[in-house]
Amino acid sequence: MRTTGRSILKNASGWALPAIILLLWEIAARTGLISPNVMAAPSAVAEAFWRLLLSGELIRNIGVSSARALSGFVIGGSIGLVFGLANGLSSLSRNLTDTTLQMVRNIPHLALIPLVILWFGIDEQAKLFLVALGVFFPIYVNTLLGIQSVDPQLVEMGRVYGMSRSSLFFRVILPGALPAIFVGLRYALGIMWLTLIVAETIAASSGLGYMAMQAREFLLIDVVVLSILIYALLGKLADSFARLLERLTLQWHPAFQTA
Amino acid sequence: MSVIALNPKSEPLGKTPKETAEARALRETTPRQWFPYAAPQARGRDPQDIAVSFRDIGRKFGEKTVLDNIDLDVPAGQFLAVIGKSGCGKSTLLRLLTGLDRPTTGTLTVKKGENGENRTRIMFQEPRLLPWARIAKNVEVGLTGIAGGEEAREKSLAILREVGLADRAGEWPSVLSGGQRQRVALARALVAHPYILALDEPLGALDALTRIEMQQLLERIWLQQKFTAVLVTHDVAEAVALADRVIVIDRGRIALDLDIPLERPRRHGSPELARLEGEILDTLFGEKAG
Repeated sequence: MRTTGRSILKNASGWALPAIILLLWEIAARTGLISPNVMAAPSAVAEAFWRLLLSGELIRNIGVSSARALSGFVIGGSIGLVFGLANGLSSLSRNLTDTTLQMVRNIPHLALIPLVILWFGIDEQAKLFLVALGVFFPIYVNTLLGIQSVDPQLVEMGRVYGMSRSSLFFRVILPGALPAIFVGLRYALGIMWLTLIVAETIAASSGLGYMAMQAREFLLIDVVVLSILIYALLGKLADSFARLLERLTLQWHPAFQTA
Repeated sequence: MSVIALNPKSEPLGKTPKETAEARALRETTPRQWFPYAAPQARGRDPQDIAVSFRDIGRKFGEKTVLDNIDLDVPAGQFLAVIGKSGCGKSTLLRLLTGLDRPTTGTLTVKKGENGENRTRIMFQEPRLLPWARIAKNVEVGLTGIAGGEEAREKSLAILREVGLADRAGEWPSVLSGGQRQRVALARALVAHPYILALDEPLGALDALTRIEMQQLLERIWLQQKFTAVLVTHDVAEAVALADRVIVIDRGRIALDLDIPLERPRRHGSPELARLEGEILDTLFGEKAG
């Protein structure tokens, strides 16, 4: 009992600061320190949340945005993983593609937005393309790094013990590269939301970013703040999920062993 | 059934001549599946039975000759120690023996299993355990391509009992001490009952007390299983304490080939050991005549 109580306390401690900020913010808005034209009070935001939840608009927009984010992530992430693995395992593949990929990596993918709008209009493909492109590089770079940093002594040991190529991969190389792949995964999740927000704000006809832009047109500051907060929550949710996966698969790692 | 029980008899210490008639009969009438990985001890120390044979072996790296005209026969079941200064080529010798490297010249014959499978194992200076596999799973790596599933699990637990780590089977390697990790590495090397165990300074990184403990463990298991051991070391005392025969390699050649005909268990610091140690050190330093 005591340990669970303590762990709840430990988890709660991270939320103390946001709660205090929220409280101060509410007080400042009520006392007129912050003008309602500049920033909506937390209670107003909560009201907007309730209103939009009842109308179903909020759920629909969150659904649309999440679907975009996840499908873009799956497409870009799996291509990145495949290239990372291929280039980590085969020097032929690396020689052929790495230089090109590193050049493309140095173009900020958001700089492609005008071109992407010309190609795809403001349809779903445009957002998918941008998210996939943004997610590709962190996954690719970290997978490649992870495979290259696998201890060659362990690989030699696996060979001496007669492991086949596939069992060498699944028992030695992939587990060794996994910590680095997770770093890439978490980084990619951040980029995923960032890209989507920008893409939806510039050109979209649905989704959270679109909702925020519409609200701006009608000066509904509470809805604008609400969409920003929801982005923050979704980002945190994705990160927690990645951490959970990390904890499940990296139990062996001294950094993840619970004391 | 424990793996060790697969060895039907443990031979008396010291010199053991030929296989007795009963032993031969037992070996030949026992169905093979009962002894799928039986150690070669059943063949005893038959002088005809050569585990490793180097014939005019040379190895060059570019212009540099590391090994030159090495001629060496290691009878099955012998404990051979290879000594030399750093860079003398002793590690290269071991890498050739285990197939990690190929000779530039000469022929190397290493005893294989009945189906031509590799029955040589190596124990490295570092434990080289997979950090993401629990101890028992790490030992099962030694059975790759030989046994799987429940059978592998049982064998690995049996050999872990033998090295005194049965209660740690479910732990991660990161929580073990250096000596314990090296014992797991020994278990992994022995779980498939190799014909030949090559040891590349496996005790070099351990503290003095753990070292002596490991030497005793190694000797005990070797006496039980009777594999051929080739130990590369720079510790002369360790070599004479453990080996039946010591060779000294100097500048790519065998400078000394010395039998150590002492009874086991040997006592550290006995005058006989000290005399042999002195002889080896004389070959290594000065007295070139050797």
